[in-house]
Amino acid sequence: MADKPEPDGIVLTEAQKKSRRQRSIAIALALGVLVVLFFAVTMVKGPAVLVRPM
Amino acid sequence: MSVLDQNAIDINPRISEAEVGDYIALLKPRVMSLVIFTALVGMAMAPGHFHWVLAITSLLCIAVGAGASGALNMALEGDIDSKMSRTANRPIPRGRITRPEAMAFGLTLSFFSVMTLGILVNWIAGGLLAFTIFFYVVIYTMGLKRWTAQNIVIGGAAGALPPVVAWAAVTGKVDVEPLLLFAIIFFWTPPHFWALALFRSDDYARAGIPMLPNVAGPDATRLQILLYTIVLIAVAAAPWALGYFDAIYGVVSLILGAGMLVLAINVYIRRERSQSLRATRKLFAFSILYLFALFATLLAEVVFRALAPMVWGA
Repeated sequence: MADKPEPDGIVLTEAQKKSRRQRSIAIALALGVLVVLFFAVTMVKGPAVLVRPM
Repeated sequence: MSVLDQNAIDINPRISEAEVGDYIALLKPRVMSLVIFTALVGMAMAPGHFHWVLAITSLLCIAVGAGASGALNMALEGDIDSKMSRTANRPIPRGRITRPEAMAFGLTLSFFSVMTLGILVNWIAGGLLAFTIFFYVVIYTMGLKRWTAQNIVIGGAAGALPPVVAWAAVTGKVDVEPLLLFAIIFFWTPPHFWALALFRSDDYARAGIPMLPNVAGPDATRLQILLYTIVLIAVAAAPWALGYFDAIYGVVSLILGAGMLVLAINVYIRRERSQSLRATRKLFAFSILYLFALFATLLAEVVFRALAPMVWGA
C-alpha cells in the first residue's frame, strides 16, 4: 500500500497558523477602523470634505 | 544539482509566530498613553469648535504615529536592547519579531497615521506628526542616542511635540500656548531620563550608550538634574504667570514643582550607593506622576471653564 503523499511546500505548525490568523484578524480590524474613520469624517465635514486648501 | 536548486534546499524560511500582543508591545503602549494624554490636553486647550469625530481621528493618528516611532526605534535598536535588562524582554531581543518586520510595521503605521491626519484633519498637523516621527527616529535614535550625552535633552523635543500636533489639528496653526506645553515636557525629560540613567548606568554602559552618568559621571548628572528641575519649575508655572491659566493651576504647579525639587535635592545629596539608588528611583517614579498631575490640572481647568457657563449661566 502506498504511503500518504507528503504535501508540497511549507507546512505551517499549529502555532504558526494560530498566530497568522490572529494577525490577519488584526489587520482586517485596522482596515475596518480606517474605512469607518474616512466615512465618519466625510459625513461630518459634508461638502467641505472636497475643499482641500494646502 | 544546479546552484539554484542547492540554494532552494539551503533556504530555511522563518515563519513568524509573532502574536498581536508582540506587535502591540512594539508600539510602546505606556509611552503611547502619555502621548495620548498630553495631546488630549493640547487639543482641549485649543480655541474653537472641534467635532468629536475629528478629535478622535486626530488622537488616534497621533497615538499610532507615536507607536510607529516606538516600533522603528525598536527595529533600529535591536542590538542594544538585547544587552540591557530593561529592554531585553522586548519582542525583537526575544526573537518574536525580526528587525525587518518591525521596520515594515513602523513604516506602514507612520505612513498611514501621517496621511490620515493630513487628509482628514489638516496638513499642518499631518506635517508636524511626520516631523515628530522623523525627529524621534532619524535625529534621536539614529543620530543623537549613540553619539552624544545630550541625546535625551535634544531628543526630548520629539516627546514634547504631541500637544503641538493636537493644537494644530484644531486650529491649523501653532501658537504660544502649545509651545508652553512643549517647553514643560522638554524640560521635564532630562531629570526624568537622567534619574533612570543613574540607576540603570550599568545597563547603558553594557550597551555602549553615552548617557550622561556614563560620560560625565554620576555627580555631574546629579547637578544637571537639579538645574533642569529648577528650570522645569519656572517653565511649568509659565502658563499661569503669562495669564493663560488661573491661580489654581499656578499653585498646583508650584506644589508639584516643590515635590520634584525636594526629590532632586535628595538625589544631589545622597551619593552612597544604596541611598542614591533609592533617591533616583523615587525621583523617576515621581516625575511620571508630576507630568501627569500637571497636565491633568490643565485639563481640569479647561473643562471647568467650558462647563462653568452652563452650570452658573454665562
